[in-house]
Amino acid sequence: MFSFLFRRLLVLIPTYIGITLAAFAFIHVIPGDPILVMAGERGLPPEKYAELMHAFGYDQPLWKQYLDYVGQLLQGNFGTSFVTGRPVLDEFFELFPATVELAFFALFFALLIGIPAGIIAAVKRGTFFDHSLMTISLTGFSMPLFWWALLLIVFFSGYLGWTPVSGRISAMFFFDTPTGFMLIDSLLSDEEGAFKSAVMHLILPAVALGTIPMATFARQSRSAMLETLNEDFIKTARAKGLSPFRVTIVHAFRNALIPIVTVIGLSVGVLLGGAILTETIFSWPGIGKWMVDSIFRRDYPVVQGGLILIATIVIMVNLTVDVLYGIIDPRIRKQGH
Amino acid sequence: MKKSILAAAILAGGMVMSGQVLAAKTLVYCSEGSPEGFDAALFTSGTSFDASANTMFDGLVNFKTGTTEVVPGVAESWSVSEDGKELTFKLRAGVKFHTTKGFTPTRDLNADDVIFSFNRQMDKEDPYFKLVNGKFPYFNAMDMAKLIVDIVKVDDMTVKFVLDHPEAPIVSNMAMAFASIQSAEYAAQLHKAGKETDLNQKPVGTGPFQFVGYKKDSVIRYAKNASYWGDKPAIDNLVFSITTDASVRYQKMKAGECHVMPYPNPADIENIRKEEGITMMQQEGLNVGYLAYNTEKENFKDARVRKALNYAINKEAIKTVVFNGEATVAKNPIPPTIWSYDMSTVDDSYDVEKAKALLQEAGLGEGFKTNIWAMPVQRPYNPDAKKMAELIQADWAKIGVEAEIVTFEWGEYLKRSKAGEHDTVLLGWTGDNGDPDNFLRVLLGCQSKINGTNRARWCNDDFEALLQAALLSTTPIVRTALYEKAQKIFKEQAPWATIAHSTVFMPISDKVTGYKIDPLGGHFFHNVDLK
Repeated sequence: MFSFLFRRLLVLIPTYIGITLAAFAFIHVIPGDPILVMAGERGLPPEKYAELMHAFGYDQPLWKQYLDYVGQLLQGNFGTSFVTGRPVLDEFFELFPATVELAFFALFFALLIGIPAGIIAAVKRGTFFDHSLMTISLTGFSMPLFWWALLLIVFFSGYLGWTPVSGRISAMFFFDTPTGFMLIDSLLSDEEGAFKSAVMHLILPAVALGTIPMATFARQSRSAMLETLNEDFIKTARAKGLSPFRVTIVHAFRNALIPIVTVIGLSVGVLLGGAILTETIFSWPGIGKWMVDSIFRRDYPVVQGGLILIATIVIMVNLTVDVLYGIIDPRIRKQGH
Repeated sequence: MKKSILAAAILAGGMVMSGQVLAAKTLVYCSEGSPEGFDAALFTSGTSFDASANTMFDGLVNFKTGTTEVVPGVAESWSVSEDGKELTFKLRAGVKFHTTKGFTPTRDLNADDVIFSFNRQMDKEDPYFKLVNGKFPYFNAMDMAKLIVDIVKVDDMTVKFVLDHPEAPIVSNMAMAFASIQSAEYAAQLHKAGKETDLNQKPVGTGPFQFVGYKKDSVIRYAKNASYWGDKPAIDNLVFSITTDASVRYQKMKAGECHVMPYPNPADIENIRKEEGITMMQQEGLNVGYLAYNTEKENFKDARVRKALNYAINKEAIKTVVFNGEATVAKNPIPPTIWSYDMSTVDDSYDVEKAKALLQEAGLGEGFKTNIWAMPVQRPYNPDAKKMAELIQADWAKIGVEAEIVTFEWGEYLKRSKAGEHDTVLLGWTGDNGDPDNFLRVLLGCQSKINGTNRARWCNDDFEALLQAALLSTTPIVRTALYEKAQKIFKEQAPWATIAHSTVFMPISDKVTGYKIDPLGGHFFHNVDLK
């Protein structure tokens, strides 16, 4: 197990070199520099422009800017935002809990509905339930997130008036947010109605963001279950006279877990990507929205730092998934020996 | 029982306003984006100005809300010397800076605050200059450092600006966001504590509202400044609920989650007008969208060619298609809401025959090849530049001019068009201070040809002489006459096709009274009350 982990960690070094290089290259290949974008139609006198480019080091050759940047990173310095002047890390940690909260509940929603639906569809293969579920999940999977989110708002908030339109909590509440997780902070705040308001605000964005992963989970667990249900050991279990429930859940599902866990791990990337759109529509103050704003403002330090931090999260999640494989399926962790 | 009523109210009623009963009057403004910060001198976006200068700060002078008229701010009066090179402000007594969690002022506003507010933007030794590497975009763009030679403290309550050359609009400039008056005492306290960045993050001003807190990308909270020197606001709390998507803002208005929203989707306007409980306010914007001919390119050196192309453009069609009919066709380079607008101008009519004849006369009867640059982004003066370019392309094809549509990423677009790489370019301008000089000289003056904001790269001696003469006078009638003449030259020479002045829309809840649309594009709430 230890050497398995060690090998996984070793791979991180080239991965990180790649990520910093990609993050750096990505924002620099987009034309237009932050000073130009800031000046807009108004422009700047040429000498003032040159002065500012120099002051921020943007007149240096790119390779030198990259090396300086990596040097700073190694010392744990992500730089400060060109626009707000605040450290990138501070901004990230201020906004990250909002994204985690949203992604967590989206994932929760997706798992809660997606996996049972997939299992039932596999067991009742070929029935009306199976066909309709697959049709619905295909629709859910191919739906443009932007459109789906707006549709949810128009129907549930606009037409039915059940949920608030956007934001994390009613604008009437204003209290300290020590943890950054609104559900927890609203409980701590002692303000009447705050928790309920936070919950109500979370429902629509979580559903919107959870829809695509839900569809993926349903389809994936259906096909993984179908595969294992055809295995010989299932026939044996049935022949032994075990209850259908036990056969399905204990014998088949456990063996179908590997591909399902893989998809869950990969869906974290999807969730963070989807968070960009979801957060923008629902005015959800998380890192997705932060990145989009920063790209438009050519805020180099934020875009670079943000990409690296987000990549770190995806890597960590996948590392966890790899370790989970080992726990679920001993054959995998034994491979190295 | 009480709980279930509350729950029902939350479920039933878009919850927000009913969720909690507040005795205090709280106005919620669904703003369109996150402010970059709260020190207006560091930024150029209207979003940041609304969150800072327009709510929490005063200038030496202010714009009277809803107009471009300059009225006293923290200066109660001002005078200009005979030669126009000295500008003296007499400060108002008893103006108090906000008392916040981190700062308790020990004195009222005085000359030191005024001097600090400007010096930090041009004194390379000032710690606040160093902090941002001199990134004061408006101050830089207007080349204020060259204009202001010295700022003299005559006495505690009198400040004198010594100028390099006379420049009439300087007083209006003092009402702009970048000229907001900061507290020198607060700045010194922060400097001592090594927390200079707080000037931008925990703002202290003298304005009608004071800062309570900001949750990044989510909400900004202000409270009424009870010791404001002017008319105190009628509302107690002001909340900016940041909502970037225009359709979502509209849904929030409908659900009663906000009272005022800016920038509705053009496609939603008809529906919003029909909405009960919402009034759609509208006003002509202080902007102009134009097509500039690069007068340095061979084909566009002859004014007859430019004029011919103007005759070929069907502006009414552009108004209908691009602006949904919600705009005013432009005939002058300045909008009708600005003083000195020349009412007598006769616009170049849509006349294909006349256009052909003029081209013939100029020796280009066969037509020629050119390009039209179209912006990649929506701007207040042009909601869809590509569509506009396509319409112009089709119009010109009728007189044998074959135009290719070109576009770049926004930053690159600005840079390349500044360098004069285009044949013709679509762009526009939104006024900063309501002075005609802010349009005419910035966009068509000879100095701007060097700076690049003059996209026509047109430098006409007669036109320039009129603009320079107007700078020297502080008498509006004299200046008006000069600018009217300048507009006549502009029309004859046609360095641009003036296209349209867009309309500003502002849906507000019927509960709100006293709201006025600001012609300069800001959003102000100190005169507003709730029913």
